[in-house]
Amino acid sequence: MSKYNRNYIVDKTFQWFAIFCTAFGVLSLLLFLGNICFDGIGRINWQFMTSLPSRLPEKAGIISAFVGTLWILVLTAIIAVPVGVGAGIYLEEYAGKSRLFDFFEINITNLAGVPSIIYGLLGLEVFARLMNMGGSILAGACTLSLLILPVIIVATRESLKAVPKSLREASFALGATKWQTIRMQLLPAASGGIVTGIILSLARAIGETAPLIVVGALAYVPFVPTSPTDEFTVMPIQIFNWISRPQKGFAIDAAAAIIILLLITFVMNGIALYYRNKWQKKVKW
Amino acid sequence: MAEKSKMVEKESLIAENVNVFYGDNHVIKNVSIVMPENSITAFIGPSGCGKSTFLRLYNRMNDYIEGFRKDGSIIFNGKEIYSKDIQLEELRKKIGMVFQKPNPFPKTVYENIVYGLRIQGVKDKALLDEVVESTLKKVFLWGEVKDQLKKSALALSGGQQQRLCIARTLAVEPSILLMDEPTSALDPISTAKLEELVFELKKTLTVVIVTHNMQQAARISDKTAFFYMGELKEFSPTKQMFTNPKEEITQNYITGRFG
Repeated sequence: MSKYNRNYIVDKTFQWFAIFCTAFGVLSLLLFLGNICFDGIGRINWQFMTSLPSRLPEKAGIISAFVGTLWILVLTAIIAVPVGVGAGIYLEEYAGKSRLFDFFEINITNLAGVPSIIYGLLGLEVFARLMNMGGSILAGACTLSLLILPVIIVATRESLKAVPKSLREASFALGATKWQTIRMQLLPAASGGIVTGIILSLARAIGETAPLIVVGALAYVPFVPTSPTDEFTVMPIQIFNWISRPQKGFAIDAAAAIIILLLITFVMNGIALYYRNKWQKKVKW
Repeated sequence: MAEKSKMVEKESLIAENVNVFYGDNHVIKNVSIVMPENSITAFIGPSGCGKSTFLRLYNRMNDYIEGFRKDGSIIFNGKEIYSKDIQLEELRKKIGMVFQKPNPFPKTVYENIVYGLRIQGVKDKALLDEVVESTLKKVFLWGEVKDQLKKSALALSGGQQQRLCIARTLAVEPSILLMDEPTSALDPISTAKLEELVFELKKTLTVVIVTHNMQQAARISDKTAFFYMGELKEFSPTKQMFTNPKEEITQNYITGRFG
């Protein structure tokens, strides 16, 4: 066999291997989605969206979990976005170089990899007990904020770092202060990356279960939470609760709730993707 | 006001025994130079000779470089620009800078020009409009872009972008204009336009221009400073430097024996 032929075969083999790998991922996801949709799509109706949980599967609904998730989403964003972006700006633009900051930097990056249940334990001790928030929405949102802060900080820093030096110099050379340069040049130029990071981390936050269970989110909430101090549940916990019931009807409820939760995260990811593409097209240096 | 106009007359830029270090690198060695007013001074010299570094001392752009250290003094209008009580923003309004690569903001042509005024808090729309028109006329760009003021500055050609950057600098009314190889990214026609513009600017400004191009220095400058290995080797009227240099090393450089 000539060398050319052997190279050709190796090339083709690898190509097929890569195709197989891609197909494996896509097909498993499609299978899972198909299965869930088959089970649950028929269950999604107005009654399901607006009912409180019930011990009868056909009367149960997700309103309390859905509203709980929205509360968590909004409160987490309100807490985590300013703190995360602010910390990112400080670390990237103001903090000088020193051993101490190198140490901070490594730790913040490491924090992004800490298992979420550890954050739950921290939240339980600090927010729920020490700060007396109990198992409230606020305690849950504070805990999830801690969880996604490292991601937002890193996204902010990376996006600021990607802004070309020439833009900073241009602004400084015209007599701009550091804050004016950050606010009028750097943040707009970096906003695509920052917003993408925020949305993706929030999408992750609303899928979290473990830290919220530890903080004290309830499995059964027969009311719609109306203030940050209310007790609450969120969709992943509701789903988990339904799946662990023996009745077949609850499995269908769970499938329907999974579809809703997936829809929310897909929409958020979609927005992030759209924003990033638009930003990439707009800004070319 | 009377006092202020007197100040303007006395505006001067004097460097004395300046040394610059980047970490352990001694990049500027004991340079003293007085900028002549309302004239064009060219800095020439081979790559890495310190001419850009020296230029960037005047508006303190080197401050952002890690390990930067300097001693000696640079006096602008009778004030040491590296002293603690100097306001960096005020200094940079007086000493403007144009960079090697055109670096317009990713905003409209209009917003690029008024940026320097906006950050000073100017909100008067009529005044801003007027500044946009007058500065664009000064850089011979008004005719070309007057219908595209609301379009992105990034859509302009390289030469137009560089002239826009000059207009943006002129909008804050500096008395000194530093130019760091402003034509190195431009084609010959844009370069010629820019040189003509610089020549025009010296009526009202003191221009310091770093250039790699010796013909350019010979064409436009009144005085030329030759840097070599961080030292100022010669500083003389341009005509004299290019016809009858004092130093042998200058002679060797301008005749192309090294560089």
